[in-house]
Amino acid sequence: MGLFRSQLYVPCKGPGMLQNCAYMNADAVILDLEDSIAQGEKDAARILCKYALQNVDFQGVGRIVRVNGQDTEFYADDLEMIIPCCPDAIRLPKVEDADGAREVDERITAIEKKAGIPVGTVKVHAMLETAKGVLNAREVANAAPGRVTAISLGGQDLAADMGIMRTLEGTELLFGRSFVVLAARDARIMAFDTPFTDLDNTQGLRDETKFVIQLGFSGKAAIHPSQCKVINDAFAPDLKTLKKAITVVHAAREAAARGIGVISVNGKMVDKPVVEQAEAVVARANADNMPEVEDL
Amino acid sequence: MSKMIANALGRLVPTEVEGLGEFAPFTGAFDRLRGDYSYARAATRRTVPACQRDKVTKSIREAIERSGLKDGMTISFHHHMRNGDGVLPLVMREIQAMGIKDLTLAPSSLTDAHDCVADMIEAGVVTGICSSGMRGRIGQAVSEGKLARPALIYSHGGRARAIEEGRIHIDVAFLGAPTCDKYGNFTGSTGPSACGSLGYAMMDAKYASHVVAVTDNLVDYPLMPRISIPEQQVDQVLLVDSIGDPRKIASGTVRYTRDPVQLRQAWLAFELIKASGYLAPGLSYQAGAGGASLAVTGFLKDYMLEKGIKGSFGVGGISGHTVDMLEHGLFDAVLDVQSFDAAVTGSLHNNPRHIEIDASGYANPFAGSCAVNHLDVVVLAALDVDVDFNVNVMTGLDGVLRGASGGHSDTAAGAKLSVVLCPCQRTRVPAIRDHVQTVVTPGETVDAIVTERGICINPRNEELLRAAQAAKLPVLDIHKLKNDIEAMTGKPEPVPFDESKVVAVVEYRDGTLIDSIYKVK
Amino acid sequence: MKILHKAVAGSLESSDVLISVEPADEGLSINIESVVLKQWGARIRQVVEESMQAAGVSQARVDVRDHGALECTLKARIETVLLRAGR
Repeated sequence: MGLFRSQLYVPCKGPGMLQNCAYMNADAVILDLEDSIAQGEKDAARILCKYALQNVDFQGVGRIVRVNGQDTEFYADDLEMIIPCCPDAIRLPKVEDADGAREVDERITAIEKKAGIPVGTVKVHAMLETAKGVLNAREVANAAPGRVTAISLGGQDLAADMGIMRTLEGTELLFGRSFVVLAARDARIMAFDTPFTDLDNTQGLRDETKFVIQLGFSGKAAIHPSQCKVINDAFAPDLKTLKKAITVVHAAREAAARGIGVISVNGKMVDKPVVEQAEAVVARANADNMPEVEDL
Repeated sequence: MSKMIANALGRLVPTEVEGLGEFAPFTGAFDRLRGDYSYARAATRRTVPACQRDKVTKSIREAIERSGLKDGMTISFHHHMRNGDGVLPLVMREIQAMGIKDLTLAPSSLTDAHDCVADMIEAGVVTGICSSGMRGRIGQAVSEGKLARPALIYSHGGRARAIEEGRIHIDVAFLGAPTCDKYGNFTGSTGPSACGSLGYAMMDAKYASHVVAVTDNLVDYPLMPRISIPEQQVDQVLLVDSIGDPRKIASGTVRYTRDPVQLRQAWLAFELIKASGYLAPGLSYQAGAGGASLAVTGFLKDYMLEKGIKGSFGVGGISGHTVDMLEHGLFDAVLDVQSFDAAVTGSLHNNPRHIEIDASGYANPFAGSCAVNHLDVVVLAALDVDVDFNVNVMTGLDGVLRGASGGHSDTAAGAKLSVVLCPCQRTRVPAIRDHVQTVVTPGETVDAIVTERGICINPRNEELLRAAQAAKLPVLDIHKLKNDIEAMTGKPEPVPFDESKVVAVVEYRDGTLIDSIYKVK
Repeated sequence: MKILHKAVAGSLESSDVLISVEPADEGLSINIESVVLKQWGARIRQVVEESMQAAGVSQARVDVRDHGALECTLKARIETVLLRAGR
């Protein structure tokens, strides 16, 4: 599975952006059928999305489709048309409990079977956007193993649900973020953060991204291409961390090649979680073309 | 029609152009610059003005009559007032009313403000055009074959060369003068219609047989402190109500683009410049006025500020962004042949490091030397390019003239690193082709073409290719990129031309013909 | 299928195409305007004709205003406009 550091929202509205979104530094694009599409254009968006998935060369950039929520009249049609195009994942808004997660799993499974696609091909990223949804994060994360591979926090809707204003510091979202990421880690799935909405505040975006990485998030949504590089850069390890990680990965490979179970670096034993973490660091650096990775 | 022969790029060009004489075909960008080429300056006649006290007239007709303008002559204007220019329409309408015809119009360029020329082509007032740019109704009329003789497209440096060589002789120049005194000293740096540098007009003032300064802002003698064009080069001063629309002359600072595709190109171009090694203390730099090119300047500025890198000079076509870099101490000076926006005018007037230069000193390939030759880096735009790195900035997708040669070929030839920005496709037509529609800048002078998908590096520049690869930039083979784009768009039908009729020729900066433009069907 | 009423899909933005169909008494008439008519006019007509044939539409007035849409966009807009015109 590829990286999901930066996930760029692209409305299924203007073909110009759709045909170029693979070149915007995003690890994945979220082709949107939901909030950015007017009620009367849902049919057009869905069809445009289908043709884009079938025809546009996304150059290996992850393809996520945000469909309309389960409580809307568009939800079933969205899945019927989009699942057979095999996007990498569906992003499902306003999931509130395990039943919601199981329902989408069953529905996708049925469509996959009908279309002759291996069951489990299209993953689900469940969006937790209400107080109830966030509190049920653990249940949602564990409801459909292999199908729900990520949960994400929807900051804007959550704030509305709670009747609070969002701030730059984001204190009001701290518990929600922490809880979502813990639930995700517990279920061994990914957690994605909500977009940073002030397009002109690059430093704010950088700071917030570093903060959510610190919390344990694997990716963050972007609402403009210019945000993608900032997000990716925030994920890039500093050189010291990278060099250390490369040493660990080297040692692990050597040990594996020689069939030795115990991995040691500079005379110290290294545990499996440390190796896993080092591999994740190297993968992120690789995606950024960091020169030191050449050494591997 | 004269004989057509193939030039070094395989393009068919005429050996003679009606009204302009014989031409040699293009043989290579530096063929005439090896130190063994010479020319005889053409002799021209000039009438010495009477020893008159009063050079000022308020009558356009009187000024035209005094200039001795007759049928068949060549007249010129400058385009420093861009889309706000009122001088050309004012003078040309009077010329038409006087019944003068069969003129060759040889301005530095033609802009959207000059659409009225299309009517004068139809009326036979204008039968020949030499210009850097041709667009709007003029471009349409010329492409439809309505101009009696083929038009000539020259670069800014090429025009300076042609005038100095005497290949083009201007009988009467009508030069917009934003601030002028009664003896004809004038400048573009002040006045209600201020337009900044008068670099292109300086050529006309020096070499035309008769020069009329056209002003709406007459000041006491002597004009102070800056005189761009001095009284000894000026035969008459024509005072009119208005020489143009200031809002269109100097619109506010051109803003950076927010277009993601352009920003992506700009970012890759910036990374390439960084990888090339030229982004170092002493950098000399020029960028075009397009959105993506300006964005490169923006990235460059931020990076130089952050790293404390101080360049040496900026050249051009100066925008507010270049001035901004000057004011941040990132350049010691800017050399300004043409000012792009309002921010520049004040700088030219107030900052002694903001230097006004003429078109010959800017880009004339035959000059003792010229500023573009000292450039490390130039960033340019393109309408489309081909797999041999040839660039078109002149004809649109439909084959109709809608662009300007400008300083494109001059800076590409002069700069050590020339980077051309181009989107992969425009409205479903691939911008990378087997053969570009019209060659303005030859591929041998282009180092890299940057698209949103990645960077194509001219195989001639192996060093740059290695540097880009070492920096892990997305380097693409241009043939592969062309195929990938066609996989997305499909292969369009070729635009049909009437190849029996050449409507314009493209002159390379050294005076050879690099391409022909045919009548559209 | 039968065109029941006039319908429109797409937009006049760059890289998009605006298509309208309306009922007609006889035959299929297709009017195409495009910023790249010389390069793509014939192909656009072919795609529209084939799509109408595939959908079984034999009587309609089709108006296409293209701003350089890729073929997949053109097909998406045709599918949308037919869906709208038939429901």
